[in-house]
Amino acid sequence: MGKSIKDEVAIIGMGCTQFGERWDVGLEDLAIEAAYEAYEDAGIEPKDIEACWVGTASAPLIGIGGTTIANGLKLRNIPIIRNENWCTTAHIALIEACIGVASGLYDVALAIGVEKLKDTGYPGLGTGRGMSPVLEARRTAPGSFGLIGKRYFNACGLTDEQGKELIGKIAVKNHDNGSLCPKAHFHNKITLEKVVKAPIIAWPLGLFDCCGNSDGAACAIITSKELAKKFRPDPIYLKGFGIAMDSLLPHARPDFDWMRFESLITSSRKAYEMAGIKNPREELDVAEVHDCFTITELAIYENFGFSPWGKAKEDVESGFFTRSGGLPVNVDGGLKCFGHPVGASGLRMTYEIYKQLQQKVDNQKRQVKNPRLGLSHTFGGPPQISAVAVFGNEIG
Amino acid sequence: MVGIVSYGGYIPTLRMERSVIAKAWGRGALKGERSVANNDEDSVTMAVEAAINCLKEKDRQEVDGLLFASTTPVYREKMNAALIGTAVDLNREIATVDYANSLRSGATALSAAIDTVAADSAQQILVTAADTRSGYPKSDQEQLFGDGAGALLIGKNDLVATYEGRFSISNEMMDVWRNSEDKYVKQWEARFVTGQGYTAHIKEVVNGLLNKYKLSTKDIAKVIIPAPDPRSHFSLSKLLGFDGETQMQDPLLSKVGHCGTAQPFLMLAAALETAMPGQLILMATYGDGADAMLFKTTDQVKKQVNLRTVKTLLDEKLIFTSYARFLSYKEIIEAQPGEPFRLLPSATVSWRERSSSLRCHASRCKKCGLITYPIQRICYNCSSKDEFEEIRISDLEGKVFTFTKDNIAGRSDDPVVIQTVVEMAGGVRFYGLMTDFDASQIDIDMPVRLTFRRFYEGAGFQNYFWKLKPILNGGDN
Repeated sequence: MGKSIKDEVAIIGMGCTQFGERWDVGLEDLAIEAAYEAYEDAGIEPKDIEACWVGTASAPLIGIGGTTIANGLKLRNIPIIRNENWCTTAHIALIEACIGVASGLYDVALAIGVEKLKDTGYPGLGTGRGMSPVLEARRTAPGSFGLIGKRYFNACGLTDEQGKELIGKIAVKNHDNGSLCPKAHFHNKITLEKVVKAPIIAWPLGLFDCCGNSDGAACAIITSKELAKKFRPDPIYLKGFGIAMDSLLPHARPDFDWMRFESLITSSRKAYEMAGIKNPREELDVAEVHDCFTITELAIYENFGFSPWGKAKEDVESGFFTRSGGLPVNVDGGLKCFGHPVGASGLRMTYEIYKQLQQKVDNQKRQVKNPRLGLSHTFGGPPQISAVAVFGNEIG
Repeated sequence: MVGIVSYGGYIPTLRMERSVIAKAWGRGALKGERSVANNDEDSVTMAVEAAINCLKEKDRQEVDGLLFASTTPVYREKMNAALIGTAVDLNREIATVDYANSLRSGATALSAAIDTVAADSAQQILVTAADTRSGYPKSDQEQLFGDGAGALLIGKNDLVATYEGRFSISNEMMDVWRNSEDKYVKQWEARFVTGQGYTAHIKEVVNGLLNKYKLSTKDIAKVIIPAPDPRSHFSLSKLLGFDGETQMQDPLLSKVGHCGTAQPFLMLAAALETAMPGQLILMATYGDGADAMLFKTTDQVKKQVNLRTVKTLLDEKLIFTSYARFLSYKEIIEAQPGEPFRLLPSATVSWRERSSSLRCHASRCKKCGLITYPIQRICYNCSSKDEFEEIRISDLEGKVFTFTKDNIAGRSDDPVVIQTVVEMAGGVRFYGLMTDFDASQIDIDMPVRLTFRRFYEGAGFQNYFWKLKPILNGGDN
């Protein structure tokens, strides 16, 4: 076990683009939009950046390296490292940038996540994953996460109708939150009836159980705790992080129950341990978790220890995860309302946590009262890869 | 003695009432229904099904050759039999041959197998035949044709029927044909085709065989004669002097249709399933000449129980009601393209992964016994490296562990894909797509088996893989 970097680094500036169908801008434009907001927020110049980690996922196999950001942002003669790790792409870029600063090699580093999904010619992320022309050739994102649904309902003794209503409530909650978030792709409130009756994408996931398909970028500027307050009075400190990926496609894993995801459990516990969190349900004030599909958010409640195993249903029904509940989750509307430009999402979620902890969200109606600790998280791939980061507004 | 060691048929699960086709064209319907190969089936996949059906409880390592007969092979250049032999998980040290271009090629392959075994050049040869012919839209043939496959294992020991002899003639005439670029079967005037072709030549070889072996029509217990239509079959039986009720084997036209080279194999399988020991079976096939072959059942014939009998195959069906989809599945019309699949088939990947993807081999850890599919070099459980043995799992049955009905992953003419995780015997998990399903019947714990299917086309060739098929009607007979 290596050393903890709790409170060693801080975010001193962030930027986030408008998310949505950004037909008129390209990958580089999105990067510029996010980065220049972050520069201004941190009060720095591009020349102050000593290293950069960029997350982007759905690019062609080769050709989208760090050079894309070097070109777009005119960041010259510094290391720019591209990360691609399914849906956790931006989170891992952010965490790597934090580790880079914590190592002492760099005083100021940039982490940026950017994705231009709307240039592919089709909605959704397409069919086919990995490299084998047969084993995963017909996999889709909703098809993979949909597999959790039937198993969860079955194990919890829910009928198909009860199960659909349960996950539908998560969509209603996130859309209610998204209606208060100007930068989200979708701002419409929805009813449970609308969720349940929507066309099915991959049963039990209907249209409103699935996140949208959007363009977007988000960016963070990281420095050491010693320098942080030279840039701003309210830096946000990294309290802990965890990254975990299980081996072998979960579909092929013997004894896998499709409810307990080792990567979720391990990544969250590592982050809690570094942050000194004993009881996440009580100690966390706000969380942004990976709601690519409503069933995913439900599974995360239990895997993260927000709810006891098998008890997420009670918390959903009591409104525990709403803005006025015990632990508000996805207060900006989540992936549900922002859409999921894969390589940008982890930083977009962190942007919300950063603003929440500074009490500077762009619409105070969704501001959580006096938050101290917040968590952002992405989960993706087969699904077997998870990245968690915990932030706080005070040292210690 | 040389003869038939075992047999197995295959009939696609999808069946369409002929009236559906007739209604689309505002014309008269022929009686009954026809089988329809699903959009992931072709002559190769059906031959694999028939072969596996035929090889139940046989040691596949003892098969020395695989012959494949079809007028609708998947590839014109590239051996289909090599692909079939690999999917069936036969030994690599075998002879594989494609027979083609005539409806009689199944019988020709069968004769070749018999002669090879008789000459001691091989101990056991598996003969497969499969066809998916298309008639012109609106034609009688469109309704009459069916899709199907059959397989016969020829050998010397444990025979269910001995081979007794044959009589063949070759003949040149333009009665039924397809040019190399044709999609549909062409034929000359029906009266000429039936009278001078089919009827005349079958009569000649049946009588030739009976004379050669000094037999009368009464000596034959079962007469297998495929027919292009029920009327020709009926007329021929009267002409030959066989009793339609007791001697003539049902040509399956009312339930399956005429499946080309596979028809005599399917009929022979059905005949053997109900035969008594010591009976003579005559099989005559037509196409650019004719063959008549004679078999005699042994005491073993009562013991033979293949995986799925023709009766079971007939009963395992899903009614298919869309003529539009039928045309699309048969590649007669092109439906609006769906989203492109992101992974093109790769010849090198398919070749490297053939043990897992085609032979359906899983790895079983020699240290801890964990079975994983596809093959894993490092054990997921105990991390031992390269300490595994390959085991074939295509014969295993399993139960649905979880599933989702994915409405976006399929072809545009068949968009619903059932993404399925199955737990099979021994705890091995298989992730795949379901096929031949009734979406309303799928549930956790539903029994399924594996079936070899066409996955999708890309890069100019077909990609094959295994899919999960619900076990209908309570499973094996």
